[in-house]
Amino acid sequence: MDKAIVQVEKVVKVFGHKVCALDGISLTIEPGIIYGLLGPNGAGKTTLIRVLATLLPPDAGTARVAGFDVRREPAEVRARIGLAGQFAAVDDFLTGRENVEMIGRLYGLARGVARQRAGEVLERIRLVEVADRPVKTYSGGMRRRLDLAASLVGRPQLLFLDEPTTGLDPASRMELWGLIKDLIATGTTALLTTQYLDEADRLADRIAVIDHGRLISEGTGEELKARVGGSLVEMSVPEADRARAIEVLRCLSAVPPSYDAQRRKVSLPSPNGSKTLMEALRLLANANIQPHDISLHKPTLDDVFLALTGRAAIAGDGPGTSSDVKEGG
Amino acid sequence: MTITRTVSRRNLLSRTVRDIIVITGRNLIRVLRLPQLLVFSTIQPVIFMLLFNYVFGGAILLALPPAAAGSYINWLVPGLLAQFALFSGGQTAAGLTEDLSHGVLDRFRSLPMARSAVLAGRTLSDLIRSAFILILLLGVGFLIGFRPQTNLTGVLGALAVGLVFGYAWSWVMATVGLLVRNGESIQAAVYLVIFPLAFASGVFVPTETMPDWLQMFTEHQPVTVVTNALRGLILGAGALPVGQTVSGQVALAFLWSAAIMAVFAPFAVHLYRRSVS
Repeated sequence: MDKAIVQVEKVVKVFGHKVCALDGISLTIEPGIIYGLLGPNGAGKTTLIRVLATLLPPDAGTARVAGFDVRREPAEVRARIGLAGQFAAVDDFLTGRENVEMIGRLYGLARGVARQRAGEVLERIRLVEVADRPVKTYSGGMRRRLDLAASLVGRPQLLFLDEPTTGLDPASRMELWGLIKDLIATGTTALLTTQYLDEADRLADRIAVIDHGRLISEGTGEELKARVGGSLVEMSVPEADRARAIEVLRCLSAVPPSYDAQRRKVSLPSPNGSKTLMEALRLLANANIQPHDISLHKPTLDDVFLALTGRAAIAGDGPGTSSDVKEGG
Repeated sequence: MTITRTVSRRNLLSRTVRDIIVITGRNLIRVLRLPQLLVFSTIQPVIFMLLFNYVFGGAILLALPPAAAGSYINWLVPGLLAQFALFSGGQTAAGLTEDLSHGVLDRFRSLPMARSAVLAGRTLSDLIRSAFILILLLGVGFLIGFRPQTNLTGVLGALAVGLVFGYAWSWVMATVGLLVRNGESIQAAVYLVIFPLAFASGVFVPTETMPDWLQMFTEHQPVTVVTNALRGLILGAGALPVGQTVSGQVALAFLWSAAIMAVFAPFAVHLYRRSVS
């Protein structure tokens, strides 16, 4: 018996006859961490969560949660998971407390236990003051927190967070991030999907980058960044000196410096970090070229994303955003 | 990691019953907290009854059998009970599409609850609502002159037959809701199914006045059968077309209800299991 909480092996999910949402993806998640699934819209993140949450049967391959096969033993899987989603599936006409208690009852808890657990969870998620108000009076951030509370009332071993902060204002996002971090400290494992790179960077202990239903790269945030390459030195120099600057800096790295016409910046791979920066400054001074500005720049997950998928990440303008703003009102 | 199974077959039935009660309660709270829904869904049948009675009553009166005791409202009320048992099924479809579009069904399907509980709870809460509406119709009907020609047992029996049929019918509507899945088109889809059944029936006028080809349909379709059963129970055997008996029509109404359930309950559950919002 493996102790991984999630084991996905060569899972395939095809919609209709053409759209291959999951294309033989495999991954393993160790318990007690936040695991981030990062990818653009349509990459297959949500489909993978639906397969693991027993909402969709995989067409091929096997997926196990806490050792149980999602297709053959779905009831066992469901008893061990919690689902919190981007649409905040809470009931507008019930109060926050009624919502959480109801989900608790449906996890099979006795009425008294459900009530007590709901109280605890609402406390933890800091919704006690508004717990007896109908959910339709809640802000978008409060709804997400309630959704999270409802998914926790069954004390799941594995929590699915499907784009938990999409469409939230920055303050609500920060608050939700804090809550999620606290939760994991109590031993729950979380599988988080996000299209926000900073969210994956801030929350996830390990990150899988997926695109077109395939795993492209996997590791800690630092590992992923290291895989893309070391730091970059970026500078802007007077236009007249640009060609000469590129010429004198050529000896500093194997890959020659490049010029980004859009941002009007010369960038230079700097495998040796700040040492390359100092060297570059010395060479420029010798050549009598004075840069307007110069900086050492560590790769971000943006760079990782760009390098791995060949596309820039779309942070902040996913299709969910506008509708969520409406819903939060 | 040790594997402990949480679901034993022995407590499966009690779990199912509990889950159904939880979902039913949740749906009923929603009705009570949404006063507009409650008000309009009760005013509408009442307005319909008043309209049909005062607009059609005078003209149709002449075509009625003596069992109506010379009053259209006596003829109309049993028919409207059958018709509103039919109409309230529309709520089942609307409620399901709403839950589907808000991701509520996804959450329910990810929980270790009984698979049948969401649909059973939905249809049961709608049954309770239609019981309320049918009783209201009887009351308002009484105020404007409706008088049962049999006895209380007949009226209660009629209520029971109407509700059993309404419950079976709400599984058809659950199926429609899960097939259409879209809150904006659901109203049109529901009326498309309901209107032919509601109007090409014996609800408003005796079917003998309709063209032959239409009579083929109207005389045998379930709403007419249920309407006849209700009329027989409330007005006596004289309200039925020649050759029909009250017990025969009641049996036929139950048979229709059972047949509808047998086809559509499994179909709806199958669709629910595969539904993805």
